Amino acid sequence: MLKVERLHHSYGKAEILKNIDLGVERGEVFVTIGPTGSGKTTLLRLLGLLERPTSGHIYFDGHLVNNSERQRLEIRRRLAMVSQKPAVFNASVFDNVAYGLKIRKENGASLRHKVMNALETVGLSGYEGRDARTLSGGETQRVALARAMVIEPELLLLDEPTANLDPVSTSHIEKLVTEIIKKSDMTVLMSTHDMFQGQRLAHRMGVLIGGEILQTGDPREIFSLPQSRKIAEFVGVENMLGGVIASNTEGIVDIKLDGAVVEAISNLRVGEQVYACVRPEEITLARTKESTSARNTFNGEITRIVLFGPLARVELDCGFLLVALITKRSAEEMNLQIGNRIYASFKATGVHVIKG
Amino acid sequence: MHAIADAFVLAVKMIFTGNPEVYSITARTLEISISSTVIGALLFVPLGCLIYFNNFRGKRLLICIIQTCYSLPTVFVGLLVFLVFSRAGPLGIFGIMFTPQVMVIGQVVLIGPIVTGLTISALSGVSPAIRETAISLGASRLQSVWAVLKEARFAVLTAIMVGFGRAISEVGLALMVGGNIRGYTRVLTTAISLETGKGEVALSLALGFILVALALIVTVLANRFLKVKEADVAQSRAPTS
Repeated sequence: MLKVERLHHSYGKAEILKNIDLGVERGEVFVTIGPTGSGKTTLLRLLGLLERPTSGHIYFDGHLVNNSERQRLEIRRRLAMVSQKPAVFNASVFDNVAYGLKIRKENGASLRHKVMNALETVGLSGYEGRDARTLSGGETQRVALARAMVIEPELLLLDEPTANLDPVSTSHIEKLVTEIIKKSDMTVLMSTHDMFQGQRLAHRMGVLIGGEILQTGDPREIFSLPQSRKIAEFVGVENMLGGVIASNTEGIVDIKLDGAVVEAISNLRVGEQVYACVRPEEITLARTKESTSARNTFNGEITRIVLFGPLARVELDCGFLLVALITKRSAEEMNLQIGNRIYASFKATGVHVIKG
Repeated sequence: MHAIADAFVLAVKMIFTGNPEVYSITARTLEISISSTVIGALLFVPLGCLIYFNNFRGKRLLICIIQTCYSLPTVFVGLLVFLVFSRAGPLGIFGIMFTPQVMVIGQVVLIGPIVTGLTISALSGVSPAIRETAISLGASRLQSVWAVLKEARFAVLTAIMVGFGRAISEVGLALMVGGNIRGYTRVLTTAISLETGKGEVALSLALGFILVALALIVTVLANRFLKVKEADVAQSRAPTS
């Protein structure tokens, strides 16, 4: 559906996008995640043909997008984009949603029918007569979604559709996006800085940091097997233990940390500088040194306990900092207190090793 | 003081008793000013768009010159039009000197900078996101320009109204190229200046009132039009069927 090759883009001297290669299949939901300022919006603007890249190629449905205004318009008519802070026309909600259809010369009953349907889908039935500029942020975003969706684009580009919204509106928009995806065979390319949102919506993800796509893959892959320290940091791997591979026995490595050894699975060679990444939820805590199958067990002192929702985030000083995420209930059952010494353990398979 | 009061009474009488002279002058004034405003709007709103939506060298300078021309003296424009259309001038062969046509041409030139400049200002008041939104929803270049123009419609209408105000109230140009020919090119402003010179203060005053009343009516109408449009936006698409 969409292919991008060696895309570069600069504003003046600032290089915003570097060597982007990307492919999105028809019907796929592809989410680019990355921190604010990583180039997500620029990438979407280039793909939405709002701007021309400094260099590189974009293929839409197998055709190379060239510089002809006519071809660009033809392609633009097959896609729709919703921006982070959508602008509404100084007109009614109805006229806003109808815009894309009107410029495609649709009118009369079919236009009205489509617009009303779209408004119903986004839960804004009855709003058609309202002045679009008087809507709240969430409502505006829904109008923007309806406006994009009503033209039934083959490719829908969503630029951080929930970045400026409260949690309730955010979950509403997410639900809508999921519904739209389910209902139609639209291809969706979305950007977000919220990695969990990406995880919830994406079939495939690309991590965009500093203008480069550092990794693509399905959400599970990105979250549990980040390829670099930057990605690991961004996707919330809190425990990143720096060390050296001390031995490698048929893929089982010992990573020597400062005063401790972590066992992990890796094919990296002895002597390599690495990070042992352990997601906080992979760590189990116990009062006694149990005989579990977990290869890595450390004794540490609790330095901090933070409760949020049903979870408890426990920080341990094991000679190095280790963060564990357990349920609030088990924290209570074990009667965990700051200053207590407990055992933290995780499996060798729970450690993801990346090059340092 | 008495003279003014008397003139005032006479003026009101003239207006309400339907003095044919007063009415014919008024009708001609409206005809000429409205023609020049309509032609001016058709020419200079698009020109404003053209300048605003294109980037070229000297754009800022051009806008600066246009703004300077807001206060172009009417007699100066009159002089230029005179030079061009007088018998010896380059367009003298048309022989339209001292006709309502040449007055319209002169007024179009006069209001050109104002309509163009204020259209540019009106368009700059619209967020660039509007045009991008239109484009991202599949608008062609022209359609996207139209979307922005629609967004700026109230400000653009104001630009046209200001142009009309200048056209209807100027006297220098009408006098120089129109010639103040009775029953042909005499308009409110030139009539006022002539009648005052003749000492016909009452007639002048009556014509003056009419001029102000016309301006008021046009303003009120335009404002109502704007309000109706605003209300339209709010109500037109309310579920009626």
